[in-house]
Amino acid sequence: MDRTLADTKPGEKVELVGINGGGRCFINRLTEMGLVPGSRLEVECGGMHGPTIVVVKGVRLALGQGMAHRVLVRKIPAGGKA
Amino acid sequence: MDSPLAAQAVASGRLTIALAGNPNAGKTTVFNMMTGARQHVANYPGVTVDLKEGSARLDNRTVKVVDLPGAYSLNAYSTEEIVTRNFIIEQLPDVVVNVVDASNLERNLYLTVQLMELGVPVVVALNMFDIVQRRGLTIDTAKLSVLLGVPVVPTVASRDEGVDDLLKTADALALAPQAARKVDYGREVEPHIDQLTSLVASCAGLQGRARWFAVKMLEDDEVTRNRVRSLCPSEFEKIAAECRRIRAHVEKICGHDITTVLADRRYGFIAGACAEAVRRTCEAHVSKSELIDRLVLHPWMGLPIFGAAMYLMFLMTFTLGEPMMTAMAGGIRWFSGLVYGLWPAQSESFLRSLVVDGVLGGVGGVLSYLPNILLLFLAIAFLEDSGYMARAAFIMDRLMHKIGLHGKSFIPMLIGFGCTVPAIMATRTLETRRDRLTTIMVLPLMSCGARLPIYVLMIPAFFPKTWQAPVMGLIYLTGVLLAVVAARVLRSTLFKGESVPFVMELPPYRMPSMRGLLIHVWDRGWQFVKKAGTLILGISVLLWSLSVWPQPGAEKLEPIREQLAVAAGANDPARLAELENQVSRLRLENSAIGRIGNTIAPAFAPLGFDWRVSTALIGAFAAKEMFVAQMGIVHSLGQTDEHSSSLQEALRDTYTPLQGFCIMLFCLISMPCMATVAVTRKETGSWKWAALQLGGLTVTAWIVTAAVYQLGRLATG
Repeated sequence: MDRTLADTKPGEKVELVGINGGGRCFINRLTEMGLVPGSRLEVECGGMHGPTIVVVKGVRLALGQGMAHRVLVRKIPAGGKA
Repeated sequence: MDSPLAAQAVASGRLTIALAGNPNAGKTTVFNMMTGARQHVANYPGVTVDLKEGSARLDNRTVKVVDLPGAYSLNAYSTEEIVTRNFIIEQLPDVVVNVVDASNLERNLYLTVQLMELGVPVVVALNMFDIVQRRGLTIDTAKLSVLLGVPVVPTVASRDEGVDDLLKTADALALAPQAARKVDYGREVEPHIDQLTSLVASCAGLQGRARWFAVKMLEDDEVTRNRVRSLCPSEFEKIAAECRRIRAHVEKICGHDITTVLADRRYGFIAGACAEAVRRTCEAHVSKSELIDRLVLHPWMGLPIFGAAMYLMFLMTFTLGEPMMTAMAGGIRWFSGLVYGLWPAQSESFLRSLVVDGVLGGVGGVLSYLPNILLLFLAIAFLEDSGYMARAAFIMDRLMHKIGLHGKSFIPMLIGFGCTVPAIMATRTLETRRDRLTTIMVLPLMSCGARLPIYVLMIPAFFPKTWQAPVMGLIYLTGVLLAVVAARVLRSTLFKGESVPFVMELPPYRMPSMRGLLIHVWDRGWQFVKKAGTLILGISVLLWSLSVWPQPGAEKLEPIREQLAVAAGANDPARLAELENQVSRLRLENSAIGRIGNTIAPAFAPLGFDWRVSTALIGAFAAKEMFVAQMGIVHSLGQTDEHSSSLQEALRDTYTPLQGFCIMLFCLISMPCMATVAVTRKETGSWKWAALQLGGLTVTAWIVTAAVYQLGRLATG
């Protein structure tokens, strides 16, 4: 079941499945920051309120307003490497 | 420094190294360590972002080093990326040194892989290597070098470790280039790339980098598309059609856009290399940065902390800056006096007036802001280098997003309350040109420090004590609200486009190095001084000549001259001063500025302005605070400042409070000062935007002020 990053809780480890909407430029930007399908994200701060900070490939990224709602994720199955 | 690099390199036989890397990877530190003080801003034709160039010593030779702007990849996403990419393709540096943050290897290597793909000799500098060890990681550099097919040199640039080694490695690579490993895009895509590569290679202009062009064409990269179209018009349609076919095919098979598939492969290649070369010896713990961010980015605490940081920044700038500014202004005044004294007291030499009133008055006036501007630059550099700026942008993004701007636009806007010039220069951190232009256009609406004397003069003249603070607040607020409206309008018309996703790296907090800060401040300060010496000098002299010529006819001056002689004989200083003020007024009235002021006065009648105001407004173009001095002259009061009670009285007698308010409103919104126009021209690279800013703001000012005046008149009967 796909959820968005806005539905995650701090400390959760999830896998990026896709991005909702946005042109090529938008996707390119996320790609070069390391947000590609298959990336493992560690949610540092999240939820509907407050800032969204994720750790991707060892880098801490802050996602702005609305961005968290566009990032589709799924839980990493138990035993998966984070 | 205007000729292309390649030509220079051929002429001097010198080696050229270009530094590329992600923002926050320490690229600038490496550059500073390589070149020391031997660096300057270079101009390359067609490059809008400043490139720094310097020379490094290697054995007994000098090597040219160019610091390219920070980029995450070579997509045509931001100006920085396009500049980096075009520089490498067009200026052909001998080696590209890719500075990589060793503690964030995977993400940083994404750029490396693309540089390798570009087919230039690449040396990877694993910078901040000390942090890697502290985090419990070990990197086998020899193995990484083999896996990537490029030399890898560990460095700690902040302590000048490994930088010499890096230079030597780059030098050796330039003499004997080796082929980097190619990213294998997998059996689904690779045959298509091969086929496309041979198609691209059939064009004469694209042969050297055929594979790179093929991959970029597949990614539907706009800049590449235009380049291929112009270099290879005959084959372009065929290539483009082939790309469309492959894209559709790959998307069907892989279920993803080809951009994603290619990116995935690149990251896969990197992950493979990292898995072999990087070993984790102990588990990473919660970092210091994370702890600070829990406080600084807290939903409730974040904003007050940010407010406090900004308050401190301005407090520091103005408390430290005030005495320096006074000293600077005093120094300029002393120097003016010295120059003035070179001529006999009664001399009416134009040269003296040109030097004292035109050059020293204009350029000196602008230069007296230098201490404040330098201190603001220092504070900004500190916030940037420490890593806090990224957090500040993030905190403000929620608010700025609503007005169609990026979180990062907030910092320049705040600086705009101090001075518009450094604020416009601070917009360089904005990633897209749309955001940057929008911000630059509305920046003059943030009421700058030079406009304060106007309010300080006008408000006490027209408003009772209890009303003074609210009126001042109203003026500032009007500016902010207009900026918000203007930004929204611009973002939905002229600068329409996809909004930028706010994804920002939160780099670890670091203590900025003094050396780095000083180089930063020096650079920007020097640019400001250079501007004052060229464009602002020119405009000052022009405005001066407009205020001096044409001279009033002898028949007008003669009667006053006679009275002057009488007053001088009667030893009546009060009468003498009065008459001299009459002469000044007569001169200004008769000059081009006075005439223009008179001519355009009817246009300002709906705003409640008379010819005196419109004349003073023209003079205020030199610098906003000049308005006060000009008002003094047109009211026959000679030289006045904002605390002059005689001028305040004269204003009270001449204008109503409504007119007074309208004058302030117009000064707030209307044409920015010449320094702003000059810096807008420089930063946007075209007079078009400077003219649009000037015209747009002045028209807006006219409309708003006219509306306020007319409605106000109706209301007050």
